[in-house]
Amino acid sequence: MTLPQKADAALRAVPPRAVPLLAHARAQRGRRSRSVVLVLLAALVVVAAFSLAVGAYSLSVPDLLRTLTGQGTQSENFIVLSLRLPRLTLAVLVGVAFALSGAVFQTVLRNPLASPDIIGVTGGASAAAVFGMLILGFGSVATSLAAFAGAIIVACAIYLLAWRGGVVGYRFVLIGVGVAFMVQGLLGYLLSRADLNDAQGALLWLVGSVSGARWQDIAVVALVLLVLLPVIRLLSGPLRALQLGDDLASSLGVGAERTRLLLLVIAVALAATATAAVGPLAFVAFVAAPIARRVLGTGGLALIPAALIGALITAVADFTAQHLLPGQLELPAGIITGAIGAPYLLWLLATSNKTGKGA
Amino acid sequence: MTPRLRAEGITLGYDHTPIIDGLDLEVIPGAITVIVGANASGKSTLLKGLSRLIKPDAGQVTLDGRNIAALPGKKVATVVGLLPQQPVAPDGITVADLVGRGRYPHQGWFRQWSSTGDEIVAAAMVATNTHELAARRLEDLSGGQRQRVWIAMALAQDPEILLLDEPTTFLDVTHQIEVLDLLLERNREHGTTVVMVLHDLNLAARYADHLVVMRAGKIVATGAPADTLTAEIVRCAFDLEARIVPDPVCGAPMVVPIGRFHGRAADTDPAPVDPAPSTRSRVQQQV
Repeated sequence: MTLPQKADAALRAVPPRAVPLLAHARAQRGRRSRSVVLVLLAALVVVAAFSLAVGAYSLSVPDLLRTLTGQGTQSENFIVLSLRLPRLTLAVLVGVAFALSGAVFQTVLRNPLASPDIIGVTGGASAAAVFGMLILGFGSVATSLAAFAGAIIVACAIYLLAWRGGVVGYRFVLIGVGVAFMVQGLLGYLLSRADLNDAQGALLWLVGSVSGARWQDIAVVALVLLVLLPVIRLLSGPLRALQLGDDLASSLGVGAERTRLLLLVIAVALAATATAAVGPLAFVAFVAAPIARRVLGTGGLALIPAALIGALITAVADFTAQHLLPGQLELPAGIITGAIGAPYLLWLLATSNKTGKGA
Repeated sequence: MTPRLRAEGITLGYDHTPIIDGLDLEVIPGAITVIVGANASGKSTLLKGLSRLIKPDAGQVTLDGRNIAALPGKKVATVVGLLPQQPVAPDGITVADLVGRGRYPHQGWFRQWSSTGDEIVAAAMVATNTHELAARRLEDLSGGQRQRVWIAMALAQDPEILLLDEPTTFLDVTHQIEVLDLLLERNREHGTTVVMVLHDLNLAARYADHLVVMRAGKIVATGAPADTLTAEIVRCAFDLEARIVPDPVCGAPMVVPIGRFHGRAADTDPAPVDPAPSTRSRVQQQV
């Protein structure tokens, strides 16, 4: 066997159009992904403009631009920059955080049900926050910290319970769903024992709302995103390998178990931060990535589209909750995200019977 | 040539129940090694051990004399590749994208692709005759096409040693031959070392340079198919009475199972049980 010459011959035998074909396919994927991102960004800008301009006191577009560049009247400055902008910013940031958390969870566990709101991670945050509020009399900062700690504790518990020489997606999800029920039970107990007024406040927190956004909350979420987004970008290669299953990922040189643990830690931190800031906004983490993947349709990770869709969902939900419902009733955004997410969950459960699909 | 990949007294199992106990194996460079054995004899487990998917409870797998578990994952992946039995792919992925993902161990943190990488991917797709499918989605392909795409991906990884777990399962006989011819061609033209698990003994004997016969986590016979696939070893490994005849196409040993109903009294090597003619004809009619 004269191997080297033959290998060269085989390389030369590649039809000349095969290599450009690959470049073409890649360019096509790139174009598709770029246009999806641009459309989502444009939609986000429109929604943002509406959120800032429309309300009890509405501004025209030129007025809005003038105010944003710092040349508005005193009342415009107060309404747009002090009331509406923090609220919109927080909605967008937690939307991104929830969406990326869900996307990473669903990808590393290869299960569309594996999102922090379904498997009890945000539930753990809720229980801890409500415990802090009702039993320990925590203020808002301490409540946020308690929520963060609760998410971490529940995630660790699920991971340890699911561990059997490794973690398999479906076992993680089943245990997570079980844990979520336990956490709900605990929440019910806490609420039923509480004073009616306190319980009312806790319930409002539990639905999730971005009203009353403060710049220090925004700064915390922004900082966490600033640190974790580059890490996710660095890990997107291994994440893409993990999409092909543990065996193939290992064969490609990715330490599946270690990479998964690292990515889960990041995803839990994102969900915990967002929940600590605004409460458990239902279903944003759960629906954002699947919608993004369906829109993109290339089998890629779709992390950026997912983040933008998450931001869109929370921004639209908050706007809807404020303005589009009859009467003067203002609802927490979590009601709206829940109304979007719950039918999707039903649809998913009704249509997906194929194992190993969907993420 | 000295073997690059070898198993040294490895004990492999799940949850500390050993499936393979103290096994030694040298993967012969440049050859096609086929592992055969009954169900649950540890074939796939051995393959997973060789590709460091399972850590041995005892012993070690070495690459060029160094423990494979201690080597960097990406570095091992440029030498040893494994195609698992039932790989999964994300919904909507195209053939070109999937095959390209085989380049992962050759990529840096930021550089996702290079022109050499493209040439290797294109060569892998041409070799597997999947380049015409480049823009198609994996889920829209037939089973045979899909398997060729997966093999293209394994070839794009460009490993010197390619491990395949039952690459022909779920394929009809035409596509089985197609896949095995493809691997043989890769082996002969590029010198890629191939180690695969096969269920079909006759195809194993035909395509293997080197046969490994397993039973209950142990190797019961190893060597050239002509020396390894004897009636006695088939009986020992599979509890199957069979006659071995030369394959009329290539002369490799061919295993012809006897079964309970089909032995003929006139044969020189009679079956242990020969049922009454009436029974036999009834059985044949059923078949």
